[in-house]
Amino acid sequence: MTRKGLLVTAAMVLAMGGGALADTSGKRIALSNNYAGNSWRQAMLESWKRVTDKAVADGVVGGADAFTTAENQATEQAAQIQNMILQGYDAIVINSASPTALNGAIKEACDAGITVVSFDGVVTEPCAWRVAVDFKKMGANEIAYLEKRLPEGGNLLEIRGLAGVSVDDQIHAGIEEAVKANPKFKIVGSVNGDWAQDVAQKAVAGILPSLPEIAAVVTQGGDGYGAAQAFAAAGRPTPIIIMGNRQDELKWWGEQRAKNGYETVSTSIAPGVSTLAFWVAQQILDGKDVPKDLTVPFLSVTPDTLDQALKDTPEGGVTNVDYTLEDAQKVIAGTK
Amino acid sequence: MTRLINPRLALPVLSLVVLIVAVFWLQPRAMSYVGINLLFNLAVPIALATIAQMIIIMVNDIDLSMGAFVSLAACITAAILPVNPALGVLLLAGCVLAYAALGALIEIRQLPAIVVTLGMSFVWGGAAVLILPSPGGTAPGWLVWLMKSKPPLFPMAIVASVLIATVAHLLIMRSSFGVRLRALGGNARAVSRSGRSTVALRASAYGLAGIFAVLSGMALVGLTTSGDANIALRYTLLSIAGVILGGGEFTGGRISPVGAVIGALTLTLAGSFLSFLRLSPDWQIGAQGAILILVLAARLLVRQAEKRA
Repeated sequence: MTRKGLLVTAAMVLAMGGGALADTSGKRIALSNNYAGNSWRQAMLESWKRVTDKAVADGVVGGADAFTTAENQATEQAAQIQNMILQGYDAIVINSASPTALNGAIKEACDAGITVVSFDGVVTEPCAWRVAVDFKKMGANEIAYLEKRLPEGGNLLEIRGLAGVSVDDQIHAGIEEAVKANPKFKIVGSVNGDWAQDVAQKAVAGILPSLPEIAAVVTQGGDGYGAAQAFAAAGRPTPIIIMGNRQDELKWWGEQRAKNGYETVSTSIAPGVSTLAFWVAQQILDGKDVPKDLTVPFLSVTPDTLDQALKDTPEGGVTNVDYTLEDAQKVIAGTK
Repeated sequence: MTRLINPRLALPVLSLVVLIVAVFWLQPRAMSYVGINLLFNLAVPIALATIAQMIIIMVNDIDLSMGAFVSLAACITAAILPVNPALGVLLLAGCVLAYAALGALIEIRQLPAIVVTLGMSFVWGGAAVLILPSPGGTAPGWLVWLMKSKPPLFPMAIVASVLIATVAHLLIMRSSFGVRLRALGGNARAVSRSGRSTVALRASAYGLAGIFAVLSGMALVGLTTSGDANIALRYTLLSIAGVILGGGEFTGGRISPVGAVIGALTLTLAGSFLSFLRLSPDWQIGAQGAILILVLAARLLVRQAEKRA
């Protein structure tokens, strides 16, 4: 081989190793979503549309269609996934109604050579990727924050989510473990707020008369404003209520801060995690080596960032961020 | 006059055929062994639940706990059956007996079934959460093997549907036991005058429905490979819609087992059809309802034509 030929070969090898391994411009990715009935899910779908529309226009992928089941039911979503297999998508990104009930349909998809990436509501089927939230840590973080604010400890009221849903179990387990390690805190009451302000308000109002003084309320997001309303209606002093990035929660916090310097912290997962999962799917289709379990970073609003968050969060919405390809690559690299 | 096909069946069959043609036209990929199985395999547990609901409707009752009960059966199958088969079988049999007891209670106390089953749906749901507090469990190997099997010529979903329809037809339409059950729905007083115990009959109708509902839960777990306490809540309405789509009626013991299975297949296919149309999810519930109303309206027209003839 001539010297020039060698160089060309070397350049080609370099180009192949350095750039994209496979072209994803012809690949089609589908979003299988189980529920769209709250502000978080609406923001999630908007993020997906914003980011994927641009990705399709830029020719990064061939298509990225979003499908939502009419009712939040695992059996319906399983049928939806099987339809996507028939429609010939190359990858399916899933926010699942159940961590286990879709496993059969997901296995069918994997067997058909389809890349499956689950996020938020992740699935246990080993052939799928998981962009998971460390919900247990989210619960533990709440207690860690309260430890700083309340060195003496105190009574806690816990507002849980929807019974029988794994996210609720995990956040609860994180809180319970952290409380066990910090005996100065005591959970004196626990209600199910179903992640909805009205349900939380009713539940808290129902249990409040039977409770001693509450130092703080640990929550799961979407329930902080309702809890605050219940405390106000009962004429009891407002405890530290952990918030969950909902606009009404942040607005209430801002008002209280202006009035009496109220301070708390607000943590949740950005609905834009759907776009992180999209880029992860794109990277897998691109031939990149991606670990099966990835962790989503939390999005926290602190007293310093409250004003900015209030400005950016739409009325009735939830604080959000759209992820980029670079963010996804960083998460992937951070896991390896 | 004898006809080759029961007119009650003509409409469900027609709706199914129209939908199949539409789906194949939209998505030619579905026109294969694997494709047909993917389209219909989740209809198998729905068909079983629909037969169970049909038996309840046949005796002039309605079961609002079907979804919760199927979920409970699924949880027992996923959480207990693989670990402790004896206990699992015992519990599933217990569920069937509980259903029979409910039937007896409804008949003895003359309670409205709609209230009893609505109340029981919370009991079943609670029991399911107790057995499987968080989603998980594994399907027994033989069940997965059965539900994922690939019989020659026809996919499992089709073989299973034909089998369910045949067994239900022989049991309900051809056996003397089935005739007595239908008579209970048609004219309960005549049944009791003829010396039959209506309590025993209603209890056996509920028990039989319980057997089909348990089978539905097991089939569902075989497909999903694992359980969830909320897995089948949708089945309550799906099963009622399936019975009605298949030519059944709420009163008088007028039902059709073959039609019920076809109704279940049609409902499943309607979902796929709308999904292939790329209809926005906001419209899908409405569109599903529209398909139902369309079929029911067509049925009304057919019946009027029959009356005139």
